[in-house]
Amino acid sequence: MMSGRIRLSPAGWIGAALTALFVGAALLSLVWLPHDVGVLDISARNLPPSPAHPLGTDHYGRDMLSMLMAGARTSIAVALLAVGIGLGLGVPLGLLAAARRGSWLDEVVMRGNDLIFAFPSLVIAILITAVFGPSAVNAILAIGIFNIPVFARVARGGALPIWTLDYIMAARVAGKGRALISFQHLLPNITSLLIVQATIQFSLGILAEAALSYVGLGAQPPTASWGRMLADAQTMIYTEPQLAIMPGLAIVAMVLGLNLLGDALRDALDPRLRRMGV
Amino acid sequence: MTAPLLSVEGLSLTIQGTPILRDVALTLAPGETLGLVGESGSGKSMTALAATGLLPRGARMRGAIRLDGTDLTALPERDWLRIRGADVAMIFQEPTLALNPVHTIGAQVAETLRIRGTPRAQARRIARERLDRVGLAGVPADRYPHELSGGQRQRVCIAMAIACRPRLLIADEPTTALDVTTQARILDLLRDLSRDEGMALLLITHDLGVVADMADRVAVMKDGRIVEDGPTAAVLGAPREEYTRDLLAASRPAPRPARTIAPEPVLEARSVTRRYGGFTAVSDVSLTLHRGESLGLVGESGCGKSTLTRALLGLEPVQDGSVHLMGRPGGTAMTRADRARISVVFQDPYGSFDPRWPIRRIVSEPFHLTGRPPDAEARITTALEQVGLSAADLTKYPHEFSGGQRQRIAIARALVTNPDVVVLDEAVSALDVRVRARVLALLADLQDRLGLAYLFISHDLGVVRALCDRVLVMRGGRIVEAGRTADLFDAPETDYTRELIAATPAIPHERPRRMPHDRPALV
Repeated sequence: MMSGRIRLSPAGWIGAALTALFVGAALLSLVWLPHDVGVLDISARNLPPSPAHPLGTDHYGRDMLSMLMAGARTSIAVALLAVGIGLGLGVPLGLLAAARRGSWLDEVVMRGNDLIFAFPSLVIAILITAVFGPSAVNAILAIGIFNIPVFARVARGGALPIWTLDYIMAARVAGKGRALISFQHLLPNITSLLIVQATIQFSLGILAEAALSYVGLGAQPPTASWGRMLADAQTMIYTEPQLAIMPGLAIVAMVLGLNLLGDALRDALDPRLRRMGV
Repeated sequence: MTAPLLSVEGLSLTIQGTPILRDVALTLAPGETLGLVGESGSGKSMTALAATGLLPRGARMRGAIRLDGTDLTALPERDWLRIRGADVAMIFQEPTLALNPVHTIGAQVAETLRIRGTPRAQARRIARERLDRVGLAGVPADRYPHELSGGQRQRVCIAMAIACRPRLLIADEPTTALDVTTQARILDLLRDLSRDEGMALLLITHDLGVVADMADRVAVMKDGRIVEDGPTAAVLGAPREEYTRDLLAASRPAPRPARTIAPEPVLEARSVTRRYGGFTAVSDVSLTLHRGESLGLVGESGCGKSTLTRALLGLEPVQDGSVHLMGRPGGTAMTRADRARISVVFQDPYGSFDPRWPIRRIVSEPFHLTGRPPDAEARITTALEQVGLSAADLTKYPHEFSGGQRQRIAIARALVTNPDVVVLDEAVSALDVRVRARVLALLADLQDRLGLAYLFISHDLGVVRALCDRVLVMRGGRIVEAGRTADLFDAPETDYTRELIAATPAIPHERPRRMPHDRPALV
């Protein structure tokens, strides 16, 4: 980056810290968990917090901290891959539409976007997972499809004003084609827009994954998931409220963290602000 | 002596710790026109913003700004609202941005009156009258800004500014975005308004020609200070300061001495026509550019010169006629090797480079046409050295350079493939006059050394005269006049060329002529 360090606001640092906390927990869960979440121990059910179980245990006797860490892994993996689908397909489509502005290609891409936008995303995601069977992979695909038009629009909107600049004309005079110009000049210059949008879509993906798991259409047992922890806990909401509160708080904190980070990144990466800083 | 309407005393300004203005002093009598000239970054716009209480956040001010003897420096925003528009009004460089695109022009002029409690019907009537006054009598008040030309939009801005009959109008580069003939008419309007309404005019401009035409007095700014001020005739006729002399010299570049060019066509257009649907942007244009020659292409916005340029560079097809480069097929029919024989320098020193690319990569981009030669590194360095930069600049990024240096980088990029033809598309138009003079000298020097042929596209006749051997005048997609530069300027054949030449603000070399209207003695 030409201007070196990115300066975040205090709220941005809080968001970054929350995000880092959950991402760190999810990464740690890949190699180590305090307790195995696959083992049920009814005799140890609904234990209060103790040194062995810092957050207590759930109604099957599983360690809540381990469940939350493993759930973070599921949520983050699903949301991240869904964002990846959106970036991987949406950005090239958006750049293509911008490069061929006003042509039939542009029309097809953008009207296709409108078509996807016209459906309520979560309902269609439920439909897809219900038809093709509930699984983490299908949840990723269902959420990912709705990320494609979002990134296509952001990429096209960011690329259009750049296409009118003289350095694009200079690149054309240098014999470069639209695809090469899109890759060399446009993509790097819309990266900050894409990072901000990816952060926001990531938080929406966490929410969508939780919602799908809540209705039983996300990752299947024994894979831990925040949404299903909520669903399992709801019958005991009066007797064991902490079982619902903890995954709920995890979802809220993760989404809040990502939103704070996204807002702060938008401010920090805004090219107009950045230009004043250099 | 008349009591001054506006008096600025010892004004110093810092913005977030950076000093912007230092000890600025100005006075403006009722009905007087003061020209405030300076290069970009000299602080002239900030002076105007200080005088209207519109300074950006983080600005700290010392000194006094008095309007009718009342100090405005400590005025709360609520009191400013009373003064702005009523006593002090402002117009800006870019009328397109100064007007709200979703409101009619009548509503925008009436708005100034409405917010001061004028009843709707009366505000509408006054708005109509003001629009008539600024020369828009034939334009209905329910038009939207996009339905008007640039000059008409600036007239609407002026109508808004004078709606409440302010006693001071601040005009910040009011004609810089306009064509030269439009500029002349807007300046006439401002001059008439100032005289008829007794309105003082603070005219901020980089163009000494405009000042010579308009101002009673002139103040020259540099680095946040006023380096020289006095009656226009005295300052322009016999400047005291070295800086003013430099500005003056750079503002009227000497015509290029006549040269003999051996006929050897490198770029030719034969009866080129370019249509967009039913609109003919370029109609039956022929031109020939010889090796080592500078050919000027002059015309106002929308005359088709940009379209013609794109056709010559092979970026757009033509419907009729043909383009030839070195006798081979040109335009879109060029081979990649031939495309490297023609290059281009654009106007905007800020938009010409990818902000994320280092200079090395920027300058070497044209090698895409030829394949990267083995001596690429040496040629990049040579190109940079030819334009007065050094190899140490290769790893820097565009934002580390000033406007003039960036234009040198753009020229280096145009030279790196050793082309025969360089298209200079308003290449010096965005530069300050002193920088412009240096870039023009560089271009002339490069031409002499490298035998380059220039197609020099410009709206500025003075600059064309300084560089070009021959000139083409374009209007409405056609070449209306062509000739050797000296002949065309001394004896223009068409009315249009005469109009263009007459509209170009000129700085008289001797004592300037009297203002075209009488003015009461001020002192």
